Amino acid sequence: MSKLHPIISTLLKRIGLGIISLFFVTLIIFSSVNLLPGDFVESVLGQTRTEESVKIFRKELGLDKPYHVRYVNWLTSAIQGDLGSTFSGRNATYANQPQQNTARSVSSLLKPRLFNTFFLAAMTAIIAIPLSLILGITAALFRNSIYDRTVNASALTTISMPEFFVAYILIIYLASINQFFPSLSNVTSSTPFFERIYLSVLPALTLTLVTVAHMMRMTRASIINLLSSPYIEMARLKGISKTQVIIKHALPNAWAPIANIIAFNLAYLIVGVVVVEVVFVYPGIGQLMVDSVIKRDIPVVQGCALVFAVTYILLNLIADVISIITNPRLLYPK
Amino acid sequence: MTKANIQYSAKAEVSNLYIRRSFYEKAIINLKKAPVTAWIGMIIVTFYFFVATFAPLLAPYGEAEIFKVPYAPWDSVHIFGTDRLGRDIFSRLIYGARNTMGIALITTFLAFLIGVGLGLLSAILSGWVDQILARFVDILMAIPSLIFALMLLSIFGSTALNLILIIAVLDSTRVFRLSRAVGMNIVVMEYVEAAKLRGEKIGWIMSKEILPNILPPLVAEFGLRFCYVFLMIASLSFLGVGIQPPTADWGSMVRETAELIQFAAYDMTAALTPILPAAAIGILTIGVNFVVDWFLYLTSGLKDEIK
Amino acid sequence: MKSSKDNKKDLLLDIKNISIEGFSDEIWHPIIKGVNLQLYRGEVLGLIGESGAGKSTLGLAAMGFVRTGCRFTGGSIIFNGKDLTKLSEKKKQQLWGTKLSYVAQSAAAAFNPAHRLINQTIESSLSHKLDTKETLQKDAVQLYKEMQLPNPDQIGERYPHQVSGGQLQRTMTAMAMSSKPDLIIFDEPTTALDVTTQVNVLATIRSIVKEHQTAAIYITHDLAVVAQMADRIQVLRYGDTVEVAKTSQMLKSPKEEYTKSLWAVRSIKKKEQKSKEIILRIENVSASYESGPKVLQDININVPTGRTVAIVGESGSGKSTTARAITGLLPPTQGKVIFQERILPKKLSDRSKEDLRSIQMIYQSPDTSMNPRHTVREIIGRPLSFYHGINKEKNTNKVLELLHMIELDESFVDRLPEELSGGQKQRICIARALAAEPDLIICDEVTSALDQIVQEGILKLLLRLQHELKISYIFITHDIATVKAIADEVVVMHQGLVVEQGSKKDIFNPPHPEYTKLLLSSVPEMDPNWLNKVLEK
Repeated sequence: MSKLHPIISTLLKRIGLGIISLFFVTLIIFSSVNLLPGDFVESVLGQTRTEESVKIFRKELGLDKPYHVRYVNWLTSAIQGDLGSTFSGRNATYANQPQQNTARSVSSLLKPRLFNTFFLAAMTAIIAIPLSLILGITAALFRNSIYDRTVNASALTTISMPEFFVAYILIIYLASINQFFPSLSNVTSSTPFFERIYLSVLPALTLTLVTVAHMMRMTRASIINLLSSPYIEMARLKGISKTQVIIKHALPNAWAPIANIIAFNLAYLIVGVVVVEVVFVYPGIGQLMVDSVIKRDIPVVQGCALVFAVTYILLNLIADVISIITNPRLLYPK
Repeated sequence: MTKANIQYSAKAEVSNLYIRRSFYEKAIINLKKAPVTAWIGMIIVTFYFFVATFAPLLAPYGEAEIFKVPYAPWDSVHIFGTDRLGRDIFSRLIYGARNTMGIALITTFLAFLIGVGLGLLSAILSGWVDQILARFVDILMAIPSLIFALMLLSIFGSTALNLILIIAVLDSTRVFRLSRAVGMNIVVMEYVEAAKLRGEKIGWIMSKEILPNILPPLVAEFGLRFCYVFLMIASLSFLGVGIQPPTADWGSMVRETAELIQFAAYDMTAALTPILPAAAIGILTIGVNFVVDWFLYLTSGLKDEIK
Repeated sequence: MKSSKDNKKDLLLDIKNISIEGFSDEIWHPIIKGVNLQLYRGEVLGLIGESGAGKSTLGLAAMGFVRTGCRFTGGSIIFNGKDLTKLSEKKKQQLWGTKLSYVAQSAAAAFNPAHRLINQTIESSLSHKLDTKETLQKDAVQLYKEMQLPNPDQIGERYPHQVSGGQLQRTMTAMAMSSKPDLIIFDEPTTALDVTTQVNVLATIRSIVKEHQTAAIYITHDLAVVAQMADRIQVLRYGDTVEVAKTSQMLKSPKEEYTKSLWAVRSIKKKEQKSKEIILRIENVSASYESGPKVLQDININVPTGRTVAIVGESGSGKSTTARAITGLLPPTQGKVIFQERILPKKLSDRSKEDLRSIQMIYQSPDTSMNPRHTVREIIGRPLSFYHGINKEKNTNKVLELLHMIELDESFVDRLPEELSGGQKQRICIARALAAEPDLIICDEVTSALDQIVQEGILKLLLRLQHELKISYIFITHDIATVKAIADEVVVMHQGLVVEQGSKKDIFNPPHPEYTKLLLSSVPEMDPNWLNKVLEK
């Protein structure tokens, strides 16, 4: 084997690691359904079940096949976008009268909601990322100033609040007392773009407040850490002006930590989405997941968990890839 | 100008200027110097613990006692009114302190028991034990914990015990990472090597050599993790999959009274009803954060003094 | 270099009664307490002192710079007629990197990992618009040549991590010279380097400073190094000046007791003694970490009973690994460790309590080898109860007995390590080893972290204990003076191999194997002409 450039081999290693964690995560999510108490098939079908309908349902779930075969089948169809069908909507007459079966395919439920959730997350990210980077970097540069202390204290306060508290405060002020924005964000697939934005303002604002606080604190800490490097002191002792020190010496080394902070907080964002979607009745994956957890509709829960986990792993992967390709030690090997 | 003394004596050698103080004396000195935020934090935390401990004495009515009037307005009988079923909000807020904080505390303790135990074991043993544990934790952490918790709750059902176990296990991954990392910093110290060379058993090394030296970061982490667990349980309860009624709990209280929020324009007190438990959650978290911030500052400052 | 006498009137830097404080633990602590310092054009001033003496702070102050968390509280720093303490940040920036340059201790940390060396070398001159980029680059290459860097034309295109530590340190000196400054501050520029690398860096720094008639402040804790580099020496202690004198005068007749004490260790001379009995035999031992390359290759060492074997070598020579192989912390991949005519199990976990008891270890840094949460009583008492099962009451008596043996008394028994000085800590470590009643003690650089006068005390104590208790020592060190003071036999190691083993007399007298010759000649000596002599050879 010819010798690979170290950056290629490091990238391959990292991507390999990502694939391995994806494998284990799918395994965990798949296995979860098997942890259900033994008689779940019967309880799903309800009291009017017949022996025959139970048998057919078991077969549909593939419970008659060995474990690993079921996993491979599940995974291959999941990759093709087929996540099975819901538990709800099934009843005892299922076997005899298929037309009365109202179970839907999980992916048809997920698809429109996936778009809605990503729309909300993207809207938040567009405001939150630049805002928190600016706040974090300026707070680090003016460390211990009144500005820094104020920004820090408000960030700490925001972090301490549950998302629904922030959301309800916003509703009281911006939707109830002053009716600027609607408190229900009931978007549909036919909602025009600008109306969609208008409807999503409050959930996006809630998420922004929460993520900015986290992201700003982390940015501040990593910039302070960077500014205490000996090479920054050296640059100052070389008579380089403060702005030049930051642009030429701090910034090129800041990409990796900043990429990690952004990825980490986007991951945080997709989790925060769950609560916020429920508060504003926003038809996204988070709300679907919570509904399905209450209904114990496991295939839907699995589908949602899979979407969240994959996004989370990919975001972290991207952050690591950025820090690998901006690392001069790997870019210019010995 | 300092004149050195060539008459060398080991006893007379000057050590760091350091006054030995008892734990109590140190605490008094530190309390005197504590910033306002730390005082606010300590007062909040003490107050909450007081309320939680004496809940039955402080609450005017029972936790699940039902009155005739649902959605009663704020008045002298029901200070904060009643909820949909006619339960006294004020009493439920007081009992909520006990339930919500209690469950969060138990969960955090459990998470630390698992996390610190395995983390230190991993740090001391290193090699394959460490590799397996660390990789396993990596995989558990590859799924966002709220999502993981939701999934597991949908399978096992939302009982208080399940809630505690699931969140403790999920949260112990973070405790594991921290205690493994700080443990490793200590394991490489020569005094641990010296203990190994002496032939000490792993239990001694863990409890006598390592644990006393990583206590400050662990205590700080306990505060932060408590906040995290507390917020997570509150969120789950708010979503309807956490602590189940009729147990009074702040998260579910927000959920139960949430619809009152739309009346803000007409009746502010009604709209504030769901805000009360939400604020109760937020204020405790702020209080704990303030105390932890101060504690972190103190313990890192202490290191400077010793060098 | 000694020509500075001629321009005595040409005062370049005049620091008057400067005071600096540092903020920690909510209070301002004095770091520099009213120090005066004069420097003439083209002169090199050596600033020496132990760690914590304030030499780096004073060095940076000479540039008008204080680190974050520090502040000037009095005095003035007149550079070229301007008081740096009164200049604005902007004005100081115009001086930094043009008239005033700085060479940091750790070149690896002081270079920005994201930029090529050449760009960093000319950065300050370029940003101060001293010349065009092309000219500056040409000058830089010329400086690289003068600093004897390999491939001076291309080396600038490299990134910091792509060159060795010694080369990086020389590049940094070139960077400091790039703007042809009036004054360079060298802050321990060779401390992080191996002795054999250090010689060349010292020589190039000295010649380039001389060549360009640049004044310099050379900060170091190593008296022998400063003797080679400086025209005058200023000794600092506790943020105050102890003594200032010309180098030759300072070496010949130091006035202050403290300055005299800096020489102390060189006064011990142990007569070597032979012993026919061998307590420890290392036979054909090889070892490696994980699946990495061998760090010990087929080594053989004998330790005579009741004597001291010193193992010398540079970092990476395998001398500390040898200790780990003997103790079983790093089980040898092949070979035998024979102790008192018995083969020791390779792995630590397979050894008996008796095996563990009879070989004890003392470490370089007493700060990290004692648990900061244990009192002296617990530290010394644990081996007593662990190995000898001595109960509580007797334990205290025995601890006191051991404390007296190491010249300390009962007032120390309840102290924590943080309440002890460096030398006292190391004595407690010795007592902890003695508590096990061992036959062999491995001392790993036990004096390297200590002040000179404390070193002497520890060495004397170790010699006395050996005499009284007939303990054998393996003494691992990189310091030749310490070897001369304490060893009976010497082992020279290099890159995982034993270069030679022999009596002290044999090793220190020619003929030498190639490496021993290099090592011995690289160790700086007090003689100010030492570097010249080495370079002549």
